[in-house]
Amino acid sequence: MNRTTSRKAMQWMTAAALTAGVFGSLPALAAGTLNLIVQPEPSMLVLGLNGQSPTQYVGSKIYEGLLTYGADLKPQPGLAQSWTISPDGLVYTFKLQQGVKWHDGKDFTSADVVFSTDKFLRTVHPRVRPIINKYLESVTASDDLTVVFKLKEPFAPFISLFGTDNMTMVPKHLYDNGTEYASNPANQHPIGTGPFMFDKWERGSNIVLVRNPNYWKKGLPHLDKIVFNVIPDSASRAVAFEKGDVQVLRGGDVDNVDIKRLEKIPGVERTTKGTEMYSTITSMVMNERKPPFDNPKVRQAVMYALNRDFIVKNIFFGIGKVATGPVSSTTMFYEPNVTQYKFDLKKAKALIEESGVDVSQHPVKILDYPYGSAWSRLAEYTRQSLQQLGFKVDIEATDAGGWAQRVGNFDFDLTFHFTDQFGDPAIGVSRLFVTSNIVKGSPFVNNEGYSNPAVDELFAKASSATSLEERQNLYSQVQKILVDDVANGYLFENQNVTLYKGNVKNLITNGVGTNSNFESVTVEP
Amino acid sequence: MAAVEATGSPDFVAGVRVLKTLTYSLSKLIKALGVILAVVNFFLIRLAPGDPASIMAGEAGASDPAYVERLREQFGLDQPLLTQLLTYIKGILHFDWGFSYRMKVPVLDLIIDRLPATLLLMVAAFIFSITLGVLLGVLSAKTRYTGQRRWLDSLIVSAALVLYATPLFWLSLLAIILFSVYLDWLPAFGMQTVGLDLHGWAYVKDVAIHLILPTLSLGTFYMAMYVRLTRASMLDVMGMDFVKTARAKGVSASRVIRRHVLRNGLLPVVTFSGIQLGQMAGGAVLTETVFGWPGIGRLMFDALMQRDYQLLLGIFLVTSTMVVIFNLLTDLVYRLVDPRIVFEGGK
Repeated sequence: MNRTTSRKAMQWMTAAALTAGVFGSLPALAAGTLNLIVQPEPSMLVLGLNGQSPTQYVGSKIYEGLLTYGADLKPQPGLAQSWTISPDGLVYTFKLQQGVKWHDGKDFTSADVVFSTDKFLRTVHPRVRPIINKYLESVTASDDLTVVFKLKEPFAPFISLFGTDNMTMVPKHLYDNGTEYASNPANQHPIGTGPFMFDKWERGSNIVLVRNPNYWKKGLPHLDKIVFNVIPDSASRAVAFEKGDVQVLRGGDVDNVDIKRLEKIPGVERTTKGTEMYSTITSMVMNERKPPFDNPKVRQAVMYALNRDFIVKNIFFGIGKVATGPVSSTTMFYEPNVTQYKFDLKKAKALIEESGVDVSQHPVKILDYPYGSAWSRLAEYTRQSLQQLGFKVDIEATDAGGWAQRVGNFDFDLTFHFTDQFGDPAIGVSRLFVTSNIVKGSPFVNNEGYSNPAVDELFAKASSATSLEERQNLYSQVQKILVDDVANGYLFENQNVTLYKGNVKNLITNGVGTNSNFESVTVEP
Repeated sequence: MAAVEATGSPDFVAGVRVLKTLTYSLSKLIKALGVILAVVNFFLIRLAPGDPASIMAGEAGASDPAYVERLREQFGLDQPLLTQLLTYIKGILHFDWGFSYRMKVPVLDLIIDRLPATLLLMVAAFIFSITLGVLLGVLSAKTRYTGQRRWLDSLIVSAALVLYATPLFWLSLLAIILFSVYLDWLPAFGMQTVGLDLHGWAYVKDVAIHLILPTLSLGTFYMAMYVRLTRASMLDVMGMDFVKTARAKGVSASRVIRRHVLRNGLLPVVTFSGIQLGQMAGGAVLTETVFGWPGIGRLMFDALMQRDYQLLLGIFLVTSTMVVIFNLLTDLVYRLVDPRIVFEGGK
């Protein structure tokens, strides 16, 4: 605190000392330090209270969950060294690692697990909250290192929820004191069990994490320090990487056009691995409550009228892959044998004719997805395509806040969004289509208003089925229906490209990629 | 600038007396103005669609309506608008500016944390632009006046025109590419080298190096303005009778320029410097964004995009107060530059 104050004083002094000549060589970066970019700057670092991508990026080094997940999304030991699931799929028993300590020196025990899941996450976690409230009967600690979860009904993807980004472990001794979790002072200095400890956060500039010398995995982590730099401008971020000030760029850090340029620099590695857990899909969302999109034939016509190859190649610079349905080809339960909507303008026009809808009578407003210029290009391309079918189309611009409100209140005709799959259709996909999720107030639910009892039933059965084959069978059926009905317009699977300097090793080792804890990452000189 | 010869003169004493009463009424006025501003701001930002709760839920990627409702309740957004306003006004009158919804940190802490960076950049860009701008403007006007080295005048005027017309954002990026990427002389972003933990002069030097590019980028436009302004207003004064008289009396050209022309020609420059400071007080969002400068402009921009009402109101209050203060200072400087100007009808 004192140092910060004196530093502020020094900033003032610098203002006075400006006229002095100050050119000189730039100081070199310390060894054992990994320099990253966090974009946008997170609002806080406590996972559980905030599930945004930048919070996950930083928080995943500080906090841990009971399990981790490989590239195949199968569970692996984390804070739990072993676990069993009862044959009826109702009882999950976890055995915790020994000798794990919080960053402040207190022991990590089963009491922390019970508090984190039953109280903390049950109240605050935006995604896990509804699942816990719906399925979790009880969490009990049978001894210091054993925790038992009992479910109300079988929920097969439950085992996928124990990663850092979902059921993260928070210290009971700091949060279980009657204060409101969200305004607890402990949030300003996150305490976890992970390989890196929070050091400092200069808002607007950087977040620094340092090595946890008492990490429960002996000999890890390798890095001394991780610095997350806040660089708000995309072009400046590209320059920072080019110049070597940061060693890693992950998906979304720079524009796709810059990726094409930067990946050609000698010594730069490129990978699309490490995003299996998220397997983001971009969809076109049509408001199906009113004409013209209440008619499935019209929606099918729109799908035929869009050249999705063109979209991926020319609007998103080839970074992506045309989607076949609502489930990504990089996740479990993907079904490839569905109706294919190959670009065919004639067929599209025929379908419009067949539908009997006079589309020129229903002007369509495309609500721009406010996340960069590529999305505006997508809106413009869609407008042209729809105009060819006889639609009258306008584009409306908005910002993130306006977009969330409009879509959350079903006040739109057509828009786009991209959503993560989180390893299981029951978590990432069904939420977009089941009738019970037609609720006002938030985007990324069933905003389009699609309602099909058969789909609802299949999703419900699939989430409680315990055998993999049965689940695959149910999910295959539901995917076929959703594709035939064009419940959403599935455009493409986003590929998140991670670029990194060749001297950074072991960066991407599992299905959450850069959101893993970086315990084995090294930077060679 | 030369010291004012009239120090201690009856004129000046009267001026100070008037100023004192003026300051008193001004402090009252500022308080009232502050409250009015706060009220106007309060309603103004509510006009934007969306609220922080729905945005936070949206960013989380998924949510249930109960969660959004809970957030609203937590933020006090479920209260009637008037109640929210009263709570807020009561708060600021007790110097309690509330918490940022998103960051869960007191608004005042956030602002105090970011303000020095903005002031530093502002002062640096101001000194750079006004010093160089006036200097070049005088030089340019002088060559016109003496008729020697007219090419210098043309050079300065055309350079100023080009800089005046160049987009700031583009200039900044080019500067980064040239000075950071190719020449590697200057850092590309940030306010200090991360992870070095420098102290004392090493720290000052580090910040100063980081300051160069943002200062040049931000100050260049204003510098061009000052060049054009100084030159034009000096050329105006040069044609006046008293200048001819001074010359006819045998005063040297450079003395005429300094004592007679410059002093009179500076008034529009002072006016504009007040405007410049006012503009920059809101933070230079563009410069701060391109150079990753942790100033208040970016804080404001982010708060705006995320509808962080409390934080936004706090920033508005600080920046509008600063604008009022700068305008006051400008008025004072008028008096220094031109002793004929006296507040409130003179003696």
